[in-house]
Amino acid sequence: MLSFLTSLVNGLSLGSIYAIIALGYTMVYGIAKMLNFAHGDFIMVGSYVIFIFVSNLGLSPVIAIPVAVVLCLILGVTTERVAYRPLRNAASPLAVLITAIGVSYLLENVALLIFGADTKSFTSVIPWSGITLAGGEIRIQGVTIITIITSVVILLALQFFVHKTREGQAMLAVAQDRSAATLMGIDVNKTISLTFAIGSALAAIAGAFLCSAYPSLTPYTGAMPGIKAFVAAVLGGIGSIPGAMLGGLVLGVIEILARTYISTQLSDAIVFGILVVVLLVKPTGILGKIIQEKV
Amino acid sequence: MLLEIKNLNVYYGVIQALKDVSFHVDEGEVVALIGANGAGKTTTLHTISGLLKPKSGEIIYKGKNIVTISGNKIVSMGMAHVPEGRRVFADLSVAQNLKMGAYTRRNKKEIEDTMAMVYDRFPRLKERQTQKAGTLSGGEQQMLAMGRALMSHPDIILMDEPSMGLSPIFVNEIFDIIKSVHKDGTTVLLVEQNAKKALTIADRAYVLETGSITMEGKATDMLNNDSIRKAYLGE
Ligand SMILES: Nc1ncnc2c1ncn2[C@@H]1O[C@H](COP(=O)(O)OP(=O)(O)O)[C@@H](O)[C@H]1O
Ligand SMILES: [Mg+2]
Repeated sequence: MLSFLTSLVNGLSLGSIYAIIALGYTMVYGIAKMLNFAHGDFIMVGSYVIFIFVSNLGLSPVIAIPVAVVLCLILGVTTERVAYRPLRNAASPLAVLITAIGVSYLLENVALLIFGADTKSFTSVIPWSGITLAGGEIRIQGVTIITIITSVVILLALQFFVHKTREGQAMLAVAQDRSAATLMGIDVNKTISLTFAIGSALAAIAGAFLCSAYPSLTPYTGAMPGIKAFVAAVLGGIGSIPGAMLGGLVLGVIEILARTYISTQLSDAIVFGILVVVLLVKPTGILGKIIQEKV
Repeated sequence: MLLEIKNLNVYYGVIQALKDVSFHVDEGEVVALIGANGAGKTTTLHTISGLLKPKSGEIIYKGKNIVTISGNKIVSMGMAHVPEGRRVFADLSVAQNLKMGAYTRRNKKEIEDTMAMVYDRFPRLKERQTQKAGTLSGGEQQMLAMGRALMSHPDIILMDEPSMGLSPIFVNEIFDIIKSVHKDGTTVLLVEQNAKKALTIADRAYVLETGSITMEGKATDMLNNDSIRKAYLGE
């Protein structure tokens, strides 16, 4: 029972990381109508930035994380501007998807060039050792607690932003109908840039938590969590903000439970198997589509 | 002249949709642009409001060439556009749709006043303010699209086939609303396939045929013109 609880908490923590990544994925998909397959690699970029600042330069994470967030934000906005926007009205939607895969490989290879293939050991950005419960039987790490709290704060902040601010309303309009949004006076390009800015900033935050919980950093660190967060977003209902959160948590818990009670090797297979089953039963994901495309 | 279109040429790829189109709209007028399906009416309106960029030509609005200005900025110059097919935000409520129409305005009090005015004009929208726009009937969606355009407090409204697909009762209601919007001081550029109705409320009209203006004149004269009667009034 106690070990189950520990697994559950660890699952929620991993799930929170997936959720933060998935929120970025789902917003970009919902508003810009594209799958940014390089999204996972923004996590890796953010993590290396933090690694350099903390481990090489000896600076505090309090400085390193905001720097990583800003750099990833600039990277995300620039990538959209340079690589994706010119293809937005391309004849085939595959053009921008293939470009995103290209950007993903580009980022991984540039990281490989700069940092090499060897694993860097990441220093946790959360020095707090955590709490013990049940008379020392359960130990919950500081990073676990902070990750979960942060993801909830991010979810609430995004919900507030989208539903209560002018820019958020612009996002809802652009998500549904770009031409109609333009006719309302909304700058579609600016709105999409802002979406990428938010998504990429979240990727950097996710990177900080991911590498604190699993402290080994390579150029491919972001790839698998990126794919799983994509699965989480689809599971929850791609385009839906609460869906991304839910999907992330569900995925994280299933993954950790499967790893603990079934098999470490099979845990990924189980995660993707569940995706297939959910999509067969409910193709729009658990929470369906909240932001819908109108042709 | 509030709006003057000069020698507009618009292409979709290699296909030319508008050929040397010129016309104007004076302040306070209702001008109708009539023409068959595919004549280029929607293309004309899209080009005026900046959704499409012409290959050549000028669009002089309030004395300024707006051809290079992006569509979202043109809205804040006092031009609203009720698009073909209404294009309401289906997943948003009626009230949210209306608020979206006031996106260019900042003064909350003024927005609320305009909203009250729109609800006065469209009591049906008031009854349904919390309902999702996608659940409204076609006629109600058309009213919402018009109300949404009015929310920007425009000097000129471009309307693209507001009566399309509506039942006769709604068609009459929509034309009554256009008349009253005009009476309240808004200039109207009206695109219609329902030429008879359009000519009845318009001051002047232009006929668009396969991308070119082929006829222009006072709406009352057009109503009595034989070739117009044959081609567009089904007589
Ligand atoms: N997006 C588009 N791509 C290519 N051709 C188009 C497009 N939109 C309209 N057209 C063509 O341009 C011409 C004018 O269309 P449109 O302006 O929609 O006419 P109308 O509104 O008068 O029915 C038509 O021949 C139509 O097929
Ligand atoms: Mg049309």
